[in-house]
Amino acid sequence: MTVGDRTLPVVRLVPTGKRPPLRLSELWDARELVFFLAQRDVKLRYRQTVLGAVWVLLQPLLTVLIFSVVFGRLARVSSDGQPYAVFALAGLVPWTFVSTSLATTSLSLVTNASLVGKVWFPRLAVPLAAALAGLVDLLVGLGLLLVVAVVRGDLQPLRLLALPLLVVLALVAVLGPGTYLAAVNVRYRDVRYVVPFLVQCLLFVSPVAYPTSLVPHGLRLLYAVNPYVGVVEGFRWALLGGSQPVAGLLAVSTASSLVLLLLALRSFRAREATFADVL
Amino acid sequence: MSSSPPTSAAAGGGDVLLRVEGLGKDYEVGAGRYGGSTLREQLVDLPKRLVGRGRPRDTRLLTAVDDLTFDVRAGEVLGFVGHNGAGKSTLLKLLSRVTAPSRGSITVRGRVGSLLEVGTGFHPELTGRENVFLNGAVLGMKRVEILRRFDDIVAFSEVGAQLDTPVKRYSSGQFVRLAFSVAAHLEPEVLLVDEVLAVGDASFQRRSLARMGEIARSGSTVLFVSHNMAVVQALCTRALVLQHGRCLADGPVEQAVPAYLRTLEQLQHVDVAARTDRDGRGEAHVVGLRVQGGPDGVVATGGPLRIEVDLSGSLTDTSVELRVHDGFGVPVCSFDSSQSAPGDAPVAQGQRFVCTLAELPLVEGRYRIDVRVRGRGGRLQDDLLGATHVDVVQGLLQGRVVTSEALGRVSVPHVWTTPAPQ
Repeated sequence: MTVGDRTLPVVRLVPTGKRPPLRLSELWDARELVFFLAQRDVKLRYRQTVLGAVWVLLQPLLTVLIFSVVFGRLARVSSDGQPYAVFALAGLVPWTFVSTSLATTSLSLVTNASLVGKVWFPRLAVPLAAALAGLVDLLVGLGLLLVVAVVRGDLQPLRLLALPLLVVLALVAVLGPGTYLAAVNVRYRDVRYVVPFLVQCLLFVSPVAYPTSLVPHGLRLLYAVNPYVGVVEGFRWALLGGSQPVAGLLAVSTASSLVLLLLALRSFRAREATFADVL
Repeated sequence: MSSSPPTSAAAGGGDVLLRVEGLGKDYEVGAGRYGGSTLREQLVDLPKRLVGRGRPRDTRLLTAVDDLTFDVRAGEVLGFVGHNGAGKSTLLKLLSRVTAPSRGSITVRGRVGSLLEVGTGFHPELTGRENVFLNGAVLGMKRVEILRRFDDIVAFSEVGAQLDTPVKRYSSGQFVRLAFSVAAHLEPEVLLVDEVLAVGDASFQRRSLARMGEIARSGSTVLFVSHNMAVVQALCTRALVLQHGRCLADGPVEQAVPAYLRTLEQLQHVDVAARTDRDGRGEAHVVGLRVQGGPDGVVATGGPLRIEVDLSGSLTDTSVELRVHDGFGVPVCSFDSSQSAPGDAPVAQGQRFVCTLAELPLVEGRYRIDVRVRGRGGRLQDDLLGATHVDVVQGLLQGRVVTSEALGRVSVPHVWTTPAPQ
């Protein structure tokens, strides 16, 4: 290896200012690291469990059972003309991704403290990998939903084209709050206690157990500022072939997801410089 | 990260790969990890911060590194030496980009590889093979690079057959070898190493040193932190002595190492209890130390030596290790109370540890003694470099004169005979 005849990248390290640039190209350069970290999380998640990957399906299915009894039978919540169990499953598959990924992403920097304190790599790789690891579970859940849709004859093939975009939306919707909370959690470990409560509250303001059609007409777009409204209704629309309009909800939720992500990235970059000092 | 690259120097040596200018790093003490600044405290302080622009309460700035300026060229092996708390680790963290500088700048040409701790990113549940890829990526290698060097990495680590076993089943030696091996094949332009050589068996240490020499000869730069002056002198071409975060001396290793040893010598005039340049958890620590020679008060070869160490703090399962170095900072021997012998007095919860030698086997000269205190589970509680210096004068070892011309620093009692031919 010779140094003289190669053009080497030059990096200059200076004190970080108040608003450091996002520098997402660094994250792109570290894409393989993101992949390896996500792969590690996936591999570890079900290692040394008896049921292993079965949990991916068991978790939403058991919740469907509970929801069907409580909301479907006892409370007789509307399900937009679908059998309540199917309706709830279509909501719970994306919701399980949202709730688990929000938790793992928020705690990711602290979980990986030994890495962050010892080596440099774009710090965003850590929450990003944590969120990506959750996608595997989501894809398995979507497979189950597809089977249900095919069996029931609900499937509208053209709507399936929207699925990849919906998966990206789900990811963006988790990454915004997730990266922000991950950065805050480095200094304030209160986040560990806030997140489960936050997820619980979000469940009530998201159309998982009940349809958006229960929300008064004039408030629906405001309701969709919660990014998970668009995510959940989007998946339901794509897989169950419902007739409720979702375009407006999706547009508002997408916009709010992107705004949240941008704000989160800015905040993350500003806090990033002190991660290693505090962890 | 835009900047003008460091200009290559006119005078000898390779290109400048690393330029450090006016580098400084402050830590907030009293906030964050030290004071535990919780959300509640921040909320309480909120009105004050909205009105005035003052810092949160109880915040002091601790300057770990200050006003450092130096260049490192391709092919140089630069050693950082200094007492505990002199700023060596902070400097490595700054250079490896783990933490951001408070002042000044660092300009690096090429890739920086850091070996601040062996096995960073290794996960016990993953297999050796999986860890090689994960660790490689963490250290900044591309997948294709790891694939290309995979066989070399495995061969160097000698874990061979166990490659597909989770690393939690590895011996600590295997673990360290595999981890070092990944990092050693990173081929960065600037490699940072922090005393990892203290681990692994002797033959692996030798190969690690050889590998670092190879990396330097291939035109990269190695920056190395160690307390072991023998290793620094063997490996480094140049050394930078840090004291209180500043550069005390910077030059060829033959000049810088003696400068460092002199700072250790000056330390013996400082009251042991008052020293703050310590390492370890500090729950048990050294508060006093006395050295006694023979009846005439002289420490001589072959004469008696008594070293008393006074401790304070939580003293369950405490052990004391006296580490003796010669005038060049080369380790000579150590006396470790955790390795008990039948002759030892039982140590329960001693405030004072006394080490006695009936016949000192050291050759005439000046020796430095570092004291390490370990607590329960062998955890380092205190590490006091240069706790004291001992001047050994020429004497008789079992009646035999031992002069400073003797080979090595240790004289071993022995007997000669010349049996008459049969």
